[in-house]
Amino acid sequence: MEALFSVLVGALFAVSIYLFLSKHIIRVLMGVAILGNAVNLLIFTNGRLLREVPPVIAADEYTLQQAAANPLPQALILTAIVISFSFFAFLLVLGYRAFQELETDDTDEMRVAEPADEEAPPLGY
Amino acid sequence: MAATSSHSVDLSQAMNVDPTPLADWLVVMPVVWCLLAGAILLMLRKRTELQASIGIVALVGLCLLDAALLWRVLEEGPFTMVMGRWLPPFGIAFTVDLLGAFFTMTSGLVALAAGIFGRDDVDSTGRRYGFYPFLLLLMAGVSGAFLTGDVFNLYVWFEVLLISSFGLLVLGSEREQIDGATKYAFLNLVGTTLFLVATGYLYGLFGTLNMADILIKAPELRQTAPLMTLVCLYLLAFAMKAAAFPVNFWLPASYHTPKLVVSGLFGGLLTKIGIYALLRVLVMLFPIERAELGWVIAVLAAGTMLLGVLGALAQNDTRRAVGFLVISGIGMMLAGIALGSPSGLAGAILYAAHSMVVMTAIYFAAGIGGRVSGSFLLSRSGGIYPSHLVLAFATLALFLSMAGLPPFSGLWPKVMLVKAALDVGEWWLAGAILVTGFLTTITVGRIWALAYWKPRAADAEPLDPASQKVPMTSVIGLGMLTVLTVVFGLWPEPLIAISQDAARGLIDTSSFVLSVFPGEVPQ
Repeated sequence: MEALFSVLVGALFAVSIYLFLSKHIIRVLMGVAILGNAVNLLIFTNGRLLREVPPVIAADEYTLQQAAANPLPQALILTAIVISFSFFAFLLVLGYRAFQELETDDTDEMRVAEPADEEAPPLGY
Repeated sequence: MAATSSHSVDLSQAMNVDPTPLADWLVVMPVVWCLLAGAILLMLRKRTELQASIGIVALVGLCLLDAALLWRVLEEGPFTMVMGRWLPPFGIAFTVDLLGAFFTMTSGLVALAAGIFGRDDVDSTGRRYGFYPFLLLLMAGVSGAFLTGDVFNLYVWFEVLLISSFGLLVLGSEREQIDGATKYAFLNLVGTTLFLVATGYLYGLFGTLNMADILIKAPELRQTAPLMTLVCLYLLAFAMKAAAFPVNFWLPASYHTPKLVVSGLFGGLLTKIGIYALLRVLVMLFPIERAELGWVIAVLAAGTMLLGVLGALAQNDTRRAVGFLVISGIGMMLAGIALGSPSGLAGAILYAAHSMVVMTAIYFAAGIGGRVSGSFLLSRSGGIYPSHLVLAFATLALFLSMAGLPPFSGLWPKVMLVKAALDVGEWWLAGAILVTGFLTTITVGRIWALAYWKPRAADAEPLDPASQKVPMTSVIGLGMLTVLTVVFGLWPEPLIAISQDAARGLIDTSSFVLSVFPGEVPQ
């Protein structure tokens, strides 16, 4: 199970990096969405994958008697999901505003902050 | 249901049975204070006339809390508070040592200067869209990052400050800002996601995220676990946050676009968080792996400082030149981290504190200068010196401090770094530091000569009298930071002593571990 998930996580990372290499903001945005899921699955896999074993210690025991999935990575993922979701929402709006204001979603053409034809600094006093 | 159980539970195994001493609450107070003040300001966002006064009072309070924290750490050494009274490593621990307290104090002062400077720099629209709430929440993230003793919690504070920085960066929504923010946001997102990936692996390997617990478990795990891979991931993630070469290009694309006060705040604080994280994770938690990677970091450091200053030399826009100088300074701090010796680390720590103050002040000064002369472009400005004598000399002082010339605070960390590099025979790194200093002097000298000293060209538009009046708050904000760099240039002993103690605390971690696990035998 873990091996299968590792391959899946690797595939998701590959896809998101491929999308990141695009010049178009919309594809990079999709890359961001996939990257967030890839990381969350990675942490999830780290915490052992077992179905239907509650990590509950019986009343007369002091430790868990059988291996159970670690709940802590799942709690970490909850935090990470909230953060990556809010990031994605912000980037979506930012990308849309950039498209409205700059009239392009091609990053090569986004040269407002760093104009291509900028004059050189004066060479003499 | 629970009441019917006859099972008696010994809580002292997992929890602090006694309430947390009131004095220990001090370690979370900077964060709590900023979050509270930020929330109050958010509720009052329509009362734009109140925003600045409440914000500045809150920042003064933050500085007092930071000072109390620094004083206590100087007196008693590191201390810890665990959330929810769970014993570490179960609860999230806030652990402050001298490094954290020193950086929190410096960042508090910079934020106060920015809060004062922002009173007139940010118009009422900017205030209604939340300049002060964002500033306070940014400081919550910054203070939290400096004070936390838990790696995942460090990630969360990174995100808090990143989200606030997005808000500040797009405040005003100019076309330039949207362009800069797009690049800033995407690349910083990749950086923090790499941090999260590394932290996921860290938990997978160690089963704990508490820094002191990691320190205890690392020697045993080092035999089998792929710690080197982990450390490389962390190096890439934090280098991206710190804008180290070759992952620095988001910084010059964005830092000149927002309002002046925001540029100053970012240039001063945000990149230093990356340096702090490198010090904390690479130097403190994984010293052996850092030593193996020493030459890699040294090459990155030399590349960052030289390419940064060469970039600055090629700029016509003063704000963009300052952005490249920020990058160049990051190279200096990386050089100290690459050396890893107590003196090298002390140099890096002192340089970081100096750079927080001076880079913010230089952005402020360049901003006022550009506004007075009507243009940020070197080719079009000039003639500030005759009408604004004090501004011209304050700017010159900051420029020389940046270049590392006496009698300003930039001299001492550079002396420490060069000496540390020569002590271990890394003459080329010392050479890179000195060459960078020389090129920085040329860069800032040219900016000052062209924008301040040179008489205004005959065909240039005359200085606009309306824009020449510099608001009092700008003078106070800039003056505060300039006085700091001059005073600590003339009287550096206390800061050098603090930096050296902080560096020792990173190498000999026993007091850090003991503050979290009082019973633990130091190794």
